[in-house]
Amino acid sequence: MIKVEDVYFTYPSGIEALKGISLTIKDGEFIAIMGQNGAGKTTLIKQFNGLLKPTKGEILVDDVNTKNTSVAKLAQNVGFVFQNPDNQLFCETVEEEVAFALKNFGFKETTLKKRVTWALNLLGLTEYRKTSPFMLSGGERKRVALASVLAWNPKVVVMDEPTIGQDYQQKEKLRQFIIQLNMQGKTVVVVTHDVEFVADCNPRVILMSQGKIVADDIGKRVLTDIDRLTQASIVPPQITQIFMGLTDFGLPVDVIDIYKAREILQKRLGEK
Amino acid sequence: MPVIEAKGLTYTYPNSTRPAIQEVSLKIEKGEFVILTGPSGCGKTTLCRCFNGLIPHFYQGELEGEIQVVGLNVADRPIHELALHVGLVFQNPENQLFALSVEKDVAFGLENLGVPREEMRKQVNWALETAGIYDLRERAPHELSGGQQQRVAIASIIAMRPDIMVLDEPTSFLDPFGAKKIFEVIDELNKSLGMTVILVEHRLDLAARHANHVIIMDEGKVVLDGEPRTVLGSQKARLLGVGIPKATRLYQILEEENGLSTDRTPVTSEEMIKLLQEVLKP
Amino acid sequence: MSVFDGLKFRRVTSPIHLLDPRIKFLYVCSIFVVAIIFWELLPLIILFLVQIPFVLLARVQKEWIRSLRGAAFLATIIFGTNIIFRFLYAGYTLTLQDIEYASAMTLRFVVLVESFSIFFLTTSPDHLGLALEQSHVPYEFCFAFTTAVRFVPVLADEAQTIMDAQKARGLELEKGNFLKRIRNYIPILIPLIISAIRRSLELAEAMESRAWGAIEKRTNLYVLQIRRADYLLTLISILIIIVCIYIRFYVPVPSFSDFWGL
Repeated sequence: MIKVEDVYFTYPSGIEALKGISLTIKDGEFIAIMGQNGAGKTTLIKQFNGLLKPTKGEILVDDVNTKNTSVAKLAQNVGFVFQNPDNQLFCETVEEEVAFALKNFGFKETTLKKRVTWALNLLGLTEYRKTSPFMLSGGERKRVALASVLAWNPKVVVMDEPTIGQDYQQKEKLRQFIIQLNMQGKTVVVVTHDVEFVADCNPRVILMSQGKIVADDIGKRVLTDIDRLTQASIVPPQITQIFMGLTDFGLPVDVIDIYKAREILQKRLGEK
Repeated sequence: MPVIEAKGLTYTYPNSTRPAIQEVSLKIEKGEFVILTGPSGCGKTTLCRCFNGLIPHFYQGELEGEIQVVGLNVADRPIHELALHVGLVFQNPENQLFALSVEKDVAFGLENLGVPREEMRKQVNWALETAGIYDLRERAPHELSGGQQQRVAIASIIAMRPDIMVLDEPTSFLDPFGAKKIFEVIDELNKSLGMTVILVEHRLDLAARHANHVIIMDEGKVVLDGEPRTVLGSQKARLLGVGIPKATRLYQILEEENGLSTDRTPVTSEEMIKLLQEVLKP
Repeated sequence: MSVFDGLKFRRVTSPIHLLDPRIKFLYVCSIFVVAIIFWELLPLIILFLVQIPFVLLARVQKEWIRSLRGAAFLATIIFGTNIIFRFLYAGYTLTLQDIEYASAMTLRFVVLVESFSIFFLTTSPDHLGLALEQSHVPYEFCFAFTTAVRFVPVLADEAQTIMDAQKARGLELEKGNFLKRIRNYIPILIPLIISAIRRSLELAEAMESRAWGAIEKRTNLYVLQIRRADYLLTLISILIIIVCIYIRFYVPVPSFSDFWGL
């Protein structure tokens, strides 16, 4: 469980990036943190594994205060998948790459080997075990980065903008993978500005703007709240936009899902 | 005469066994706004580089078939000559800006061409104004947001007044707000200056409304090529896993299952709203 | 590191900032020459004080003082070394002249650091690049210089991001003995180097796409023009050298120990 208690954060340069953030993330939740570039999303998630410490207020991860805990210690429970895999790949083989964190955390050799095999398998990378990560395509490198985080089986998995540069199929696969992770009991936090992706996932959505939380509710309610969305400079999903143009016909507005849209429209067309 | 014409274009990168693009044939007319899309690895980035000569001159490798840009054979002309007609904006905003101030970056291409200073100053100012960044002209690139940097890149290309502007996933690193602004700038250039635009994009929900020609590639080949509504509304596009706009997808479902029909397949939410308003009228 | 702060350009409009970098460099060279000519304390103090109006005019006092603090460490070492050697060579005695000499050597170092500091604080990297270009340094070098400066903040940010990413995988940079600590930096350096290589490839593509190499004689959006203030500074620099050479050869320079009659 992650508890954020009235957290403020100011960068050394003087920019106040978080202005009084309070929220609780329970075990096993699936959360999307959304907002424009500069809203404070990345600053907030970096507080979860201690990369940044609050200037005011506190963060408790499983009742451990992050202020005096090292990143290495917090990272064992909070795994972070960064936006650009090339910011972390450095080993000669994919296998070593995936084992890196396990070595740092002091896993025993036998457990380490098992975990590496499991992680490679999970992400479909077994055939690349002995390949250099630099020989792989962009999408494959992203999977190596993901495998290297899942290998140590953290309770919480945080992903920073995982959909950047991905085509539709890749996003679909990712979406299904995230849902699978969540169903296995992991807490998943995804930072993104991709509204359509979030609409397809329908998680709890936390909307941020200028260092504050402007909305925190289930996806269906946040993504259809036009005032809050405008505040955060987010455009609603296309399905929602369509229903917002059909209010004269007495149709509901809180629709984000294409299948729900179909259901409602087909019923209405059938009534005609 | 088409402004770009390719016939049976096939290219293999050096040290590669499979061709990145195969037997690509297409025609692009002057003033078109083309969207080039397809799953990752389909060859769209490779094709872009064939338009301005990076392939074959920068990348070497084997190029077969023919590609003509404004009547010039790409394989026979040096990149700096083709640069007068085709500008290329890349995906990563940071790695295409080299100078320490915005206006010096915009002037870069003109400096390379030996344009005299007064003339250059006029062109630079025009480009800055057109891209909406005149007030940023003395700033350093590192101080700018991704969206602003991309507008600088666009300004530096249009300063050279090319006939064609190619943009390779220019909004990948931008948020939807920044992306929309870029599409608006490009659309303005296309509509008011008549510049031919070729945009490689995955975000069809935001970009489709501007296009009048869509080309979809898969595994190195062109599989769909035509009018946006036809291409995006087709079964094939959906099966390829291309991210067709949700409005189009909803229309497809209602067309299949409820017999909804129209001669203008919607590609934007506005169009779908209009369509449904007509259909749902009592 | 505060000494580096003294070398970073500060963007401010001041008459010093507007001076041609080549002329500023000429001035710094003249200070350099004078500092070498004299080993007496008095002229070096005067030389140091002469810098101050320039610093104030350029409004870079804060940064300049910071660089002074940065130079303090090395200055102390120079002073200490000089005292020790004088002490040892003069048979374990220390005269006021020795102290004066050591102070002069220290001050000479400080004067040199400070004049260069003013130069870099008031000259933007692109002006520097332009000065190089107009001094007929081949364009490839000028371009490499300005591009490198342009990417310094980008690389710094990237290094920070890479460190964050590896720390989040349990890397503890501070742990272990000296050797282990050096090895800890491999996961930081390799991604940084590879990214630099990738970046240069993308930059090369972008350059080619903007007609790099189209014509031998490139033109330039900016041009450095020598103005009245530049002529004035040139005059001042030349005068300083002439006067000081004259003083060196024909005017006895008083020293403090003489003055105090010891």
